[in-house]
Amino acid sequence: MNNNNLKYLISRKDNQYEVVIGLEVHAQVTSQSKLFSTSATKFGAEPNTQVSLVDAAFPGMLPVINEFCVKQAIKTGIGLKAKINKRSVFDRKNYFYADLPQGYQISQFKNPIVGEGKVILDMPDGQKEVGIERLHLEQDAGKSIHDLDPQNTFVDLNRSGVALMEIVSKPDLRSPDEVNIYIKKLRSIMRYLGTCDGNMQEGSLRADVNVSVRLKGSKKFGTRCEIKNVNSIKFMQMAIEYEANRQVDLIEEGKTIDQETRLFDTKKNETRSMRSKEDAHDYRYFPDPDLLPLEVSDDFVQKLKSEIPELPDEKKKRFIEKFNLSPYEATILVSDIETSKYFEDVINNSDTKLATNWIIGELFAVLNDKNLEITKSPISAKNLSKLINLIKDGTISGKIAKTIFELMMDGDKDPQKIVEEKGLKQESDPKAIEEIIVKVIKDNPNKVKEYKSGKDKLFGFFMGQVMKISGGKANPQLVNEILKKNL
Amino acid sequence: MSIDLKTIKHISKLSRISVEEQKAEKLAGDLNSIFDFIEKLNELKTENVEPLTSIAETTLKLRSDEVKSKNIREQIIKNSPQDNEDYFVVPKVIE
Amino acid sequence: MSDITKKTLSELVKDIKDKKLSSQEVTKAFIERSEKSKELNAYITEDYSSALDKAKKFDQKPNLNLKLPGIPMAVKDLFCTKNIRTTAGSKILSNFVPTYESTVTQNIWDEGAILLGKLNCDEFAMGSSNETSFFGNVQNPIDKNLVPGGSSGGSASAVAAQLTPITIGTDTGGSIRQPASFTGTVGLKPTYGSCSRYGIVAFASSLDQAGPMAKNVKDCALLQEVISTFDSKDSTSIDFKRNEYSKNLTNNIKGKKIGIPKEYRIDDMPKEIEELWQNGIEYIKDCGAEIIDISLPHTSYALPTYYIVAPAEASSNLARYDGVKYGFRAKGENLIDMYEKTRSEGFGAEVQRRIMIGTYVLSSGYYDAYYLKAQKVRKLIKNDFDEVYKKVDAILTPSTPSSAFKIGEKKDDPVSMYLNDIFTVPVNLAGLPGISIPAGHDAKGYPLGLQIIGKAFDEQNILNIAYAMEEKIAFKNKITDWWIK
Ligand SMILES: [Mg+2]
Ligand SMILES: [Zn+2]
Repeated sequence: MNNNNLKYLISRKDNQYEVVIGLEVHAQVTSQSKLFSTSATKFGAEPNTQVSLVDAAFPGMLPVINEFCVKQAIKTGIGLKAKINKRSVFDRKNYFYADLPQGYQISQFKNPIVGEGKVILDMPDGQKEVGIERLHLEQDAGKSIHDLDPQNTFVDLNRSGVALMEIVSKPDLRSPDEVNIYIKKLRSIMRYLGTCDGNMQEGSLRADVNVSVRLKGSKKFGTRCEIKNVNSIKFMQMAIEYEANRQVDLIEEGKTIDQETRLFDTKKNETRSMRSKEDAHDYRYFPDPDLLPLEVSDDFVQKLKSEIPELPDEKKKRFIEKFNLSPYEATILVSDIETSKYFEDVINNSDTKLATNWIIGELFAVLNDKNLEITKSPISAKNLSKLINLIKDGTISGKIAKTIFELMMDGDKDPQKIVEEKGLKQESDPKAIEEIIVKVIKDNPNKVKEYKSGKDKLFGFFMGQVMKISGGKANPQLVNEILKKNL
Repeated sequence: MSIDLKTIKHISKLSRISVEEQKAEKLAGDLNSIFDFIEKLNELKTENVEPLTSIAETTLKLRSDEVKSKNIREQIIKNSPQDNEDYFVVPKVIE
Repeated sequence: MSDITKKTLSELVKDIKDKKLSSQEVTKAFIERSEKSKELNAYITEDYSSALDKAKKFDQKPNLNLKLPGIPMAVKDLFCTKNIRTTAGSKILSNFVPTYESTVTQNIWDEGAILLGKLNCDEFAMGSSNETSFFGNVQNPIDKNLVPGGSSGGSASAVAAQLTPITIGTDTGGSIRQPASFTGTVGLKPTYGSCSRYGIVAFASSLDQAGPMAKNVKDCALLQEVISTFDSKDSTSIDFKRNEYSKNLTNNIKGKKIGIPKEYRIDDMPKEIEELWQNGIEYIKDCGAEIIDISLPHTSYALPTYYIVAPAEASSNLARYDGVKYGFRAKGENLIDMYEKTRSEGFGAEVQRRIMIGTYVLSSGYYDAYYLKAQKVRKLIKNDFDEVYKKVDAILTPSTPSSAFKIGEKKDDPVSMYLNDIFTVPVNLAGLPGISIPAGHDAKGYPLGLQIIGKAFDEQNILNIAYAMEEKIAFKNKITDWWIK
């Protein structure tokens, strides 16, 4: 995959094609109970144990909306700098499927709860704005399991009725990399807001990917295909690459592209048509007569606005301005709410510059290596800030700090204690250092002669000798100063 | 207005109700007479009329986010034509 | 034959409270008469033995403060009843036993009533003659082979034939008022949102309302008082102050302004209906109320509007009957085949017809022309009522354009069947309360009803008008018990 693609283009003979991508992200609302029923939403429960009479569409059962889900959708809308619609309407999307008990999905079609907004992407070459078309609330379907029995399909309705936010982007994305950054940014915003946990393994974030291609420079959109329900960023990127190339090939062969729904086969790494055109769905949307239009007051929205925490873009700005971080450092440190919390906890009690370097450098390397979330970091923010303070006040050198860092990982040990136990305290007594230096000079008369005759490089040799004799504990700055004086 | 057999086939597919050939003719006839009757609405000009969204003179009430429905799997599955105690069971889905 | 079943609900309540009758005596009397009345086919499911058990329990520890102390009653089989089969008159639900209770029936049991059984109705309440029920048509006790009306045909028949002292029905386009009119009984369709729809098998959600059916207005008022509650489980339930309708019932309607809508004087209206209406106007005047001529200009568009809105909602509401979670399932090669066979074998012809109409009017390319148009006209119809209610307190119309017809007479002509509801449908479209009271007979001695339509939430007012008129009309139902051998 092209990593630094300022321009993602597909080339064939004389032609270069641009890829146009729009996403319909389905984000599961973080809530205790479902959108229209009071059953639980926990992941991983035994099949059909989180199903109420409403979720299984028993005769006479009626939907009653969850206020918290409404708030979550509005908060997300605020996070997307979007227009909040004071009046929205729930519609029924009618189709038959084994895991759709009502025979319709309650969704919002004509009047969504959130209108146009935007997301800012931090690209290697600057920022890019992606337009948000809308965000609406809808019910999730259940799960059909096809591989447990050769003749039958099994149906689990635990997910049936769980609240989803469908976030529809404008066709503003131009490459698999932009999709990667977009999804991560969206996820980050929702995690800051606490409106969606963004857990893709558990299906809390999936996307329908709309892909079309057009000749570079063309203003007209090509015919698009929708790749349904892709549940990882990697698969989204693979699906886009495959689909874009498929479409380019068709055009190059002089064929036309059918607007259709396609499926990404993760095993074969290809997309394929899900339904033939004549069988195209006709969802017969109409306002759900079991529900009234949803009306929210200005006060309701204002109150939610006041509850919105500092979001990644604002936090980044603050980090740059207040802590003098580079945009690169700030982007990394705000990308995830937990990382930013960790960072702020560390710098609360220690030097910002050192903390930034240690977190982005040493700590991230360890987390990456062990595949850990920062919330599971083997070194707590408290102890990392202690370590940084030991460096800052000269108790230990940066080099020894690395050794101590390794040792701290074993049960989040206090660096102060390690220093004491292992006697790793830095030697900062000028007299003691001078004694060593005098000895080194005495033991190496030839080298001293060479140095004095202009071989400057030998300074390093003397430094090394002094450090070696001190067992690495001598304060390097002092060694440097005293050595210069004595030579 | 005329509902032909092709239309009958289309709506029968959408509504997942199979209609045998011999019944389709009669159904088309019935539907056509009903639609002739419905066409009366075309006499009215309604361009500037707001459609009714709800007849209930109230606003949508919101419930709090509490889990009240417990595990009632047995109850949920009890009435199903086919199940295996854990899952509803249906004939294989062919895409 | 005991006299117990002849008594009104109010009399039975009084007798039980005065300890002149026990719940068991009353329950036995209605069971006995029901047993002898199988030919009416009013019941789909009987629950007599547990009714007797409950009556016995009641008598052992009678709570006489309740509004329906130990009163046995049967209910329309559209209300889900816990552990009692609930079919909606359909094959597709013929084996369905709910594990839950509808709010309306729960309210009834909470006031001490006892379930006798579930009453026949048109399949999914779609019909005006009770001929679409999977469980066969219902006989009108007025005459052999006469339809009782529909869709609450079993309910109307059971009250008229004294198989139950009172009952509840549901009314989507006239399904309480039309059968009440056909059987010489009283039926009230409350304001939309007055009675909870929770646990009622849905037909058309924006039109469905449960309501009481009884021998007289007072009983009707008492039952309405019991069933009408605000219910947070139904998002369209309305939280308004409900009256004690029976306690506040009065025949004093002096000074009330009653509207007579000219558009209800339809072409080819039988003379006897015209006369009935005229008599009603005289009775109203006798009571000291004022008659005012009014216009509801969009009346003739109500039925076409209804036949778009109701099937559209029904096509979606009935999508859940797919053979997966409950009910009838036909064998199929694969999922889709199973769906198509299940729904084709499980639904009757009228239900299929309406699902097809509804599917069509919502389908791509037709939505605006039909469904959206209908919702706009519905608004105009509602506006008509809003306008006249600035001038009048209630409206008086005939309940139906004719008396009951013979079984089979209109079965093959859907449109002529639909015309039965021409006077009742506008009330549902506007979400208003309406009551039908028996007001006379036609030449054959079949009962005819008058309808009083009220303002939203003004049930008390139309009950009072009905009560005052009832006194003047002094209607006597002509029932010969022809079915009892
Ligand atoms: Mg989509
Ligand atoms: Zn969606």
